Parts: sequence; C-alpha cells; structure tokens
Amino acid sequence: MTESFASQPWLTMMTFAPLVGALFIMAARVVAKKDNDGAIVGAALEQLDRSAKIIALAFTVGTFAISLGVYALFDPSNGGFQLVEQYAWIGGGVSYKMGVDGISILFVLLTTFIMPICILASWDAIKNRVADYMIAFLVLETLMIGVFCALDLFLFYIFFEGSLIPMFLIIGVWGSKGTKAFAGFEMPSKVYAALKFFLYTLVGSLLLLIAMAWMYATAGTTDIVALQQFDFPVGAQKWLWFAFFASFAVKMPMWPVHTWLPDAHVQAPTAGSVVLAAILLKMGGYGFLRFSLPMFPDASMDFSPIVFALSIVAIIYTSLVALAQEDMKKLIAYSSVAHMGFVTMGIFTGTKQGIEGGLFQMLSHGFISGALFLCVGVVYDRMHTREIAAYGGLVHRMPLYAFLFLFFTLGNVGLPGTSGFVGEILAMTGAFKVNSWIAFFAAFGVILSAAYALRLYRQVIYGTIVNEALETIPDVDTRELGMLAVLMAFALYLGFNPGPALSVFSPSVDILMNNMGAALGSGL
Amino acid sequence: MGIFETLTFTLPELALAIGSMALLITGVLLGDKSTPQISYGCVGLLIIALVLTIAGPAPQNPSIFDGAFQIDAFATFAKVIIFAAAAIAILMSHNFVEGEHGRHFEYPVLIVLAAFGMSLMVSASDLISLYMGVETQSLALYILASFNRDSRRSTEAGLKYFVLGALSSGLLLYGASLVYGFSGSTSFEEIARVAAAEEDNVGLIIGLVFLISGLAFKISAAPFHMWTPDVYEGAPTPVTAFFAAAPKLAGMALFARALTVSFPGVLQDWQPVVAMIAIASMVVGAFSAIAQTNIKRLMAYSSIGHMGYALVGLAAGTAQGVSAVLIYMSIYVAMTIGAFACILMMRRRGGMTESIEDLSGLTKTNMPLAVILTVLLFSLAGVPPLAGFFGKWYVFLAAVQADLVWLAVIGVLASAVSAFYYLRIVWFMWFDEPAPAFERDAGPSLRFAAWGSALLMFPVLTVFIGSLRQVAENAAAALF
Repeated sequence: MTESFASQPWLTMMTFAPLVGALFIMAARVVAKKDNDGAIVGAALEQLDRSAKIIALAFTVGTFAISLGVYALFDPSNGGFQLVEQYAWIGGGVSYKMGVDGISILFVLLTTFIMPICILASWDAIKNRVADYMIAFLVLETLMIGVFCALDLFLFYIFFEGSLIPMFLIIGVWGSKGTKAFAGFEMPSKVYAALKFFLYTLVGSLLLLIAMAWMYATAGTTDIVALQQFDFPVGAQKWLWFAFFASFAVKMPMWPVHTWLPDAHVQAPTAGSVVLAAILLKMGGYGFLRFSLPMFPDASMDFSPIVFALSIVAIIYTSLVALAQEDMKKLIAYSSVAHMGFVTMGIFTGTKQGIEGGLFQMLSHGFISGALFLCVGVVYDRMHTREIAAYGGLVHRMPLYAFLFLFFTLGNVGLPGTSGFVGEILAMTGAFKVNSWIAFFAAFGVILSAAYALRLYRQVIYGTIVNEALETIPDVDTRELGMLAVLMAFALYLGFNPGPALSVFSPSVDILMNNMGAALGSGL
Repeated sequence: MGIFETLTFTLPELALAIGSMALLITGVLLGDKSTPQISYGCVGLLIIALVLTIAGPAPQNPSIFDGAFQIDAFATFAKVIIFAAAAIAILMSHNFVEGEHGRHFEYPVLIVLAAFGMSLMVSASDLISLYMGVETQSLALYILASFNRDSRRSTEAGLKYFVLGALSSGLLLYGASLVYGFSGSTSFEEIARVAAAEEDNVGLIIGLVFLISGLAFKISAAPFHMWTPDVYEGAPTPVTAFFAAAPKLAGMALFARALTVSFPGVLQDWQPVVAMIAIASMVVGAFSAIAQTNIKRLMAYSSIGHMGYALVGLAAGTAQGVSAVLIYMSIYVAMTIGAFACILMMRRRGGMTESIEDLSGLTKTNMPLAVILTVLLFSLAGVPPLAGFFGKWYVFLAAVQADLVWLAVIGVLASAVSAFYYLRIVWFMWFDEPAPAFERDAGPSLRFAAWGSALLMFPVLTVFIGSLRQVAENAAAALF
C-alpha cells in the first residue's frame, strides 16, 4: 500500500459520507412531485420513501465499508493517533484535526456497524415521514463518528453537542403515543422525553464548554494531544474534572442523573433506542478515557472514590429498579444504567484491567443491548405494546425468537462465553485490585441482573399464551433474523475470543496508563 | 487636514444624508405612488454607502473633526453590517409598504435616516457626537414604531417608545454632563486621561453609571428593557424586524467604544455594573420568554437575553471581549433578520398571524420554512454546529480569559433555560398536528433573507468562522 493511499483524508470521508447521503435524500425530497399545497402524496411519496430507505442503507453500508478500510490502514501495534488529518479552521490554536487510536477505532467500527442495522430495523416499522427519518439518522451518524474521530476538543464538542439535534427530533417526531402532565403543560410523553433528553444533556455539556474555555485560555490550544500533555495545576484540575464529569456522567448516564434515559428509551422508536444504547451512551465513557483520565489524572484519582460510590449505587439501585419495571424497554434501559456502572467503575480504577474491562463492556453492551432493543422492537411491531404483562408463552408461537432473545438475555446477564462476561470480569478484577469491597458490591449487580433479565424472559417467553392476539403472532422474518444473527455472532466471537479486540486497544491503554503514571509521579 | 479632505472620509454618511433628503423631496413631488421607486432608491443608497465604507478613502489618522468621530476598522465593521441590515429590512418590508396599509414613501427614507444616525453612533468618539447619533437614530425609530398610525397598538408602541426613549436620553445627557463637568472635556480620549489620572473620582463614576443606564436602554438590556416587548409587539412586523437587528448592533458598538475608550482606567468600576446588567438581561430574557405565546414578544425577550450574552463579552473589558461582542452581534443580526423573515412569512388569507401555535405542524404544511426556522432557532439557542454557538463561545471565552468564570457560568445556565423556549417552537413545528397552512407566495426578498440567514448559520459561518474572527479582532484592536 502506497503512502499516498494511506494519507488520503479517510477519516473525513468516513465521517461525512452519511451527510452526503442525507443531502441526496434532501435532493430527492425537493425534486419529488408535489401537490398544490406543496405536500408529497400518493405514488410520489411511496417512491420517495423507498428511495430514501435505499439511499440511507447504501450510504450506511458504504460508510461501514470505508470504516473497514480505515481499520485495514490502522496499525494496532501502535498506540498513538493514526491517520491524523489537520486543516486550518478557526485559527488561534483551534483546528480541524481528526485521528484514531486503539480506543476510538473500535467505537468508530461499532457506530458504522450498528447504523445499517438501525436502518434495516426501521425498514417497515417507520411509516410516516420516512425521508426525514432517514435524513435524521444519517446526520446523526456523521456526528457520532465525528465524536470518536475528533482530535480537537472544540471539534469534539461540536459533534458531541450537535448529536442532540437529530436525536431530539427522532424521539419527538417518531416516538410513541401517550401524554404526560409536566409543570403545568399537558404534553405528549414523547415530547417530554425529547425535552428531558435535550435539556439534561445540554446542561451537562455547557459546564464542559466553560471548562473548555478555561483550558483554551490557559493552554492556548484545544488540540487534544497537546492538552493531554499539558500539566494543568492540581487545584484547577478539580474544577475542570468536575465540569467534564458532569457532562459525561449525564451522557453515560450515571446515577443520579440517569433519569432521562428510561424516558428517552421508552419513547424513542426502536432504531432510536438502539443508537442511544449502543452508541450515544458510549460517548460518555469515551469522554472519560479521552479527557478525564489523561488530562486530569490527579483529580481523577482523587475523586475516584466518588465515582466508585456512584457506580455501585447505579449497579445495585438501578438493578433493583429494573426488577420492578412493567415496561420491557424501561427494564432494559435501567439495566443499561447498571451496566454502565461497571464501565465507570472499571475506568476509574486506573488499572489496565479495569480500563480494558470498561472498554470491553462498552463494546459488548453496544451489541447486546442494541440487540435487546431490537428484540423488543420485533414484538412491539407486531403487538404495539411494550407492557410485559401483555406477553406470555411466546415460545409456543415464536421458537426462533425465543432462542435469540434467550441468547441476548444471557449475554446481558454476563454468561461466560458471551461478550458480556469478559467486560464484567475484567472490570471487577480491576476494582478488586483497588479495593476488594468495591468488587464485592459490584458482584451483587451480576446476581441482580440475572434476576431481572430472567424474570423478563420468563414472563414474556414462557408460560401460557395470555393474550388472544398472541395466538397468531408470526415468528421473526428473514430481515430480523439476519440483524439479530449478526449481532449474536459478534457477541459470541467477542465472548470466546476477546484477544483481538483487547489487543487493538491495549497499546493505547498502555500509553494512557504511562502518561497518567508520569503525571501522578511528578505530582507527588 | 482641510475641510474638504476631511469630508471625503465621511462620504458614506454624506451619501446617506444628501441622498435621503433628495429621495424625500422626490417622494413629496411624486406622491405615494412612487413608493416602490423610492424604496429601491433607498436600497441603492445604502449599497452605495456600504461600498464607500469598504472602498472609500480612509484617513491616516482615524480621528476626524477634532476627534468627534473615528473612521477606524471598528466603525467600518459595524457600518457594513448596519447598512446591509437596513437594506435587507427595506426589501423585507415590500409587502408592508405595498400592501394592506397603503403606500407611504416615507417609510424607506426613515430607515435610511436611522441608518445614518447609527453610522454616526458607531463612529462617535465624543459625548456630543454620541448624543447626536443616538438622537438621529431614535427620532427615525420613534416614527417607524408608530408608522401604522391607524392601529392603536402601533401608535401606543410609538408613544411608549418615545416617552421612555426621551427618559433614557435624559439619563444619557445627565450622565454626559456629569462626565463633562468632572473631566472638563467631551472627548473620549481626554476623559480617559482624566479618569486614569485622578483617583476616587466619584462624580465621574456617577456620570458613567448614568451613561451606562442610558445606553442600556437603547440596546434594551435589563433592567431597562420594559419597553421592548410592547414596542416589538405593537410596531408593524417589518419595523420590528429592523428594530431587532441593526439598532442593537449600533447601540452595542457605541456602548463598547464609550466604555473601552473613555474609561479603560476605571474598568474595576464599570465592570461590575456591566456584568450585573448582563446577568439581569440573560435571566430576564431566559425566564420571561417561556410564558410567551406571541412570537414577536418572544423574540423581544429573546433579544433581551442576547444583549445580555453580548454584554458578557463587553464586561471582560478586553480586546478579546470587544471582538467577541462584534462576532456575537453580527451573528445575532443575521439570525434575527432570518427569524423575522420567517415571521413575516406567517400569513394566512392576507393577514399576519403572530401566535406560536400557528406554527404547529409546520413541517407537514411547509417544510422549507420549517427547516429554515429550525436552523435559526437552534442557532439562537446556541447549539453547535450552528453559528449562534460560536458567538456564545467567544463571549464566554472572553469572560473566562478576563477571570470572570462565574459570569460565564451564569451565562451558560441562562442559555440552558432559554434553550427551552426555542425548543418549544421546534416542538410545535415538528411534533404537533398541523395548523392551517400559510400562504406560499412570500416574495423573493423574504425568501432570500430567510434562506441566506439559515445558510449563513450553517454551513457558511461554521466553516468560515475563522475569517469572521479575524475581521472582528482587527476591528476591536482599533479601540485598544
């Protein structure tokens, strides 16, 4: 492979390819035949919807292909940033800089991999305003890839915050029905969920904005590499750490700022939930690893007991809350919070096992929770309810579905052989090294996760058929089977053979640990 | 410098002053039927002034007329935006001057006269020329506010604006006379010398506070904002569109020059005052807008909030702060023009509608308008990657650089609150069932203004924000 081939702006192409797809759909929307009121109806609408779906699928698959190319160009033995691109943009230390290392490349792949699945999951489920829906998803993909590729804090912030806009619209426009009274307004619950999602995240990240301004004023640059090397005074680190923590903890989400997540998950369309669980939540964990640990190592270690406490509460408390849920999506949402508790616990141990465990858990959660939301989507599309009590005895009518759902339920529990196990055990090992009590309490989460996940499975799949409508429910079709089987393959592969994934991020984690060690050493 | 040579530096102002008189006379001779021609003449006049501002002769020493005016990069920056905004405002009023209220050729001429006053304001570097500029602008604006003289709301708005405006002019004059009395000069530079030399100059500071109050009124910063919602709501919408954009920039530029040039040595005295006004404006803007149902009132509170953010940059009192103010205000002017272009397109069966509920389900009835308005609203809320975010970033950055982190924190919290009411409009447009559709024949100028503004917010300024920053920094450097 020649130098010039590798030095093409691959990351930029990958990041903005979905946006190009969105522009195509917009163009198709503009040229579509309209009636006198300017509305697209009838055959023209059908044609537009179909072409929007095809364009969206083509571009997400194309983006995945580019990301595989990027992965091929990526050298896993090198822990530093690769494929770096830098262009002048604002000036004064703020530039357009992209690059990937072992930590981000896997998140990029996860994103580009999950997106075609999301488009497929929406193929028949979304009936109204399909073109707009596809545009929103493609824009969202650009922003998500941008978050993981940005090597400039300012650029990162733009992608990070920008992702609120399409997600806000996805939840609000294509969310489910129902109303909710809030602060004197009677509003649809999807609007409530969309607003809550937007405002929670916004408040968190605005503090990050101030911290970023302070760092820029102090260091004179927003280049992530330069900032990681910059020694911020220990006193200031505490404030900066807190500001970054506020932002990422909301995104993650950590207890007690997790309450937006169940609402958002419940209201979002299936694909929206998948993106939210599989990718958007990971931005928080990615942020901890990219910013909090390397830039504020002293504060990270000083505050780690707080993080451990919050993580333990998240693991135990939200697991208990999950036990009491009546709504399938809400149950999985709470279980996500619990699983993210393992991630934050692992990351802030500052040990190699802990960090790698956190990373692995995030990857695995991307596949497994995404798949679980797809599973809920499968029955929701057929029955239009997510209430656990409305189901029962599905195994008699949907044997294949019962098998797939069982696999992902067990993956969620962390059964050895699935990817869920590797992440949890590594994170717990890391925690055990720091303080065995933390690991002790975290272990309750594993037990509780079995309790709520198996309860859900038993009630939905086993027993007698409680509902007449369930008598004729068809099993998964080829499209659904295909999506779930691919996810299952990945979860199994990562479970039995975690080595390759670990070896990709291991060099980068080593660099991170060395930098932290050096900074902490010099601080002593 | 001879008088004629000096006059060549004021060619833009001369063109506006003489040209508008000529057009006024023409209008009187030809009657109201000449309104379209007069309108285009006014737009042409503003374009000539704009070209002269950029390409006309520039003095070696920016100070002309014995220091009464400064022709520097700062003034040029502000003038370019003011003239452009005024020209677009005239074009956007096409339906208004041609439509339901009969033709009135004075309307475009008054906008030109206001622009003339604003261009004096941004150049003024003497208390007398400052007052002259402010009053020239205000007089034209008072008449514009009550232009729809058959409407009670419009005349009420004009009267309210006039009475309160006169009060604020009084405050301004009182402050100016105190400053003159204690410093012995009306020239900004001379005042700066005296203010820096003497310690504990209480009289000067009191005068300064009055000056600040008067100027805060002109830019409708809290707690001097009471007139804004009523005037915005009562005045004809095209007039409101003009009010909300250019005069705010002119007032803010004058504010910045008056404070940073005349009182740089007493920063510690005026910084808290400006910071308090900024906080009050941000908070009033954020919380009062939530309950509004009329979109013009909502825009009024939104503009109060935006003045607060811009003042955060001014409170920093540094060159970065002033350049942040300029960046913020230019983005604000572009956003506001676009937003009002959208509001002007809210027409049903010939009548304007002003309620937020009328926007319900707009994405189903008029997608292009909904997309434009969504972009502008997210930009007003300051969500990246739209340009409004960059404006906020620079003012908060300036505040942080000047060790005013607490002010920046209050600013971001206020902007989180204000995000709610912008999102509320987005939610009406995207999530709700449609209200009856608007008429679709908006006319080219409104469409141009709306699309242009939305495209500026994204992607043009997102990509080229560096250039704007460069120009604004050069402009701000002229004051320091």
